[in-house]
Amino acid sequence: MNSVGEACTELKREYDQCFNRWFAEKFLKGESGGDPCGQLFKRYQLCVQKAIKEKDIPIEGLEFMGASKAKTENSS
Amino acid sequence: MGKYCASLGVLKGPWDQVFAAFWQRYPNPYSKHVLTEDIVHREVTADHKLLSRRLLTKTNRMPRWAERFFPANVAHSVYILEDSIVDPKNRTMTTFTWNINHARLMVVEERCVYRVNPENSNWTEVKREAWVSSSLFGVSRAVQEFGLARFKSNVTKSTKGFEYVLAKMQGEAPSKTLVETAKEATEKAKETALAATEKAKDLASKAATKKKQYV
Repeated sequence: MNSVGEACTELKREYDQCFNRWFAEKFLKGESGGDPCGQLFKRYQLCVQKAIKEKDIPIEGLEFMGASKAKTENSS
Repeated sequence: MGKYCASLGVLKGPWDQVFAAFWQRYPNPYSKHVLTEDIVHREVTADHKLLSRRLLTKTNRMPRWAERFFPANVAHSVYILEDSIVDPKNRTMTTFTWNINHARLMVVEERCVYRVNPENSNWTEVKREAWVSSSLFGVSRAVQEFGLARFKSNVTKSTKGFEYVLAKMQGEAPSKTLVETAKEATEKAKETALAATEKAKDLASKAATKKKQYV
């Protein structure tokens, strides 16, 4: 799948691979060990956040999970 | 106003497989309209939940009549944010997805809750809710209110004008009273129209910034 920043697609793929492995083998099993994908994530984010700014995509200042509709019995 | 719909569905896989698949959904044969996918925020909370924000770009497919009505919207893809909380301890995942552009035309919000199917622990239940709203609805209400107010003030002028002319025909010199009444009517009509315009403005701005009620 392509990234919104054309130059970031490769970095995204590398990060996704690392994340998917960590997610299934560690995170879901409750292991809270360090996230091994930190570096890859940083590199990917640097690229994609720049692309987002360049394309004027309005992702700033938006509350996580939206406002009222996200309230659920699960939210902490 | 706006539309609401809800559904309950099932994915025939265990919760952990479903949650892993969630991050590997794109591309797939049914996602030709999804152009890009990016994680723009991710963190693990102290209580071992994964918070993520995913940015998607999708094509903006509209029926031809809509393209004619909203030509400015045709050229732009839709940007969508999907926020999610994965809670492996409770084996649940909650997502909230909405569009961050084309919002003046229409906003679609979707909230999903994934959990282990109570009847079959090898399956995953998906509860889905969606809200579809448009600030155009508020604009049409404002237009109606204004139209009605202007009509009423015109009825006042029409009646007074009629009475005036009738009185003249009946030989009565248009008395001061009648002329003053005509002046009053014009003043009153102006006030009514002004009030209606204020109300219409208020309705239109309320519609634009409307906070949705969570049911």
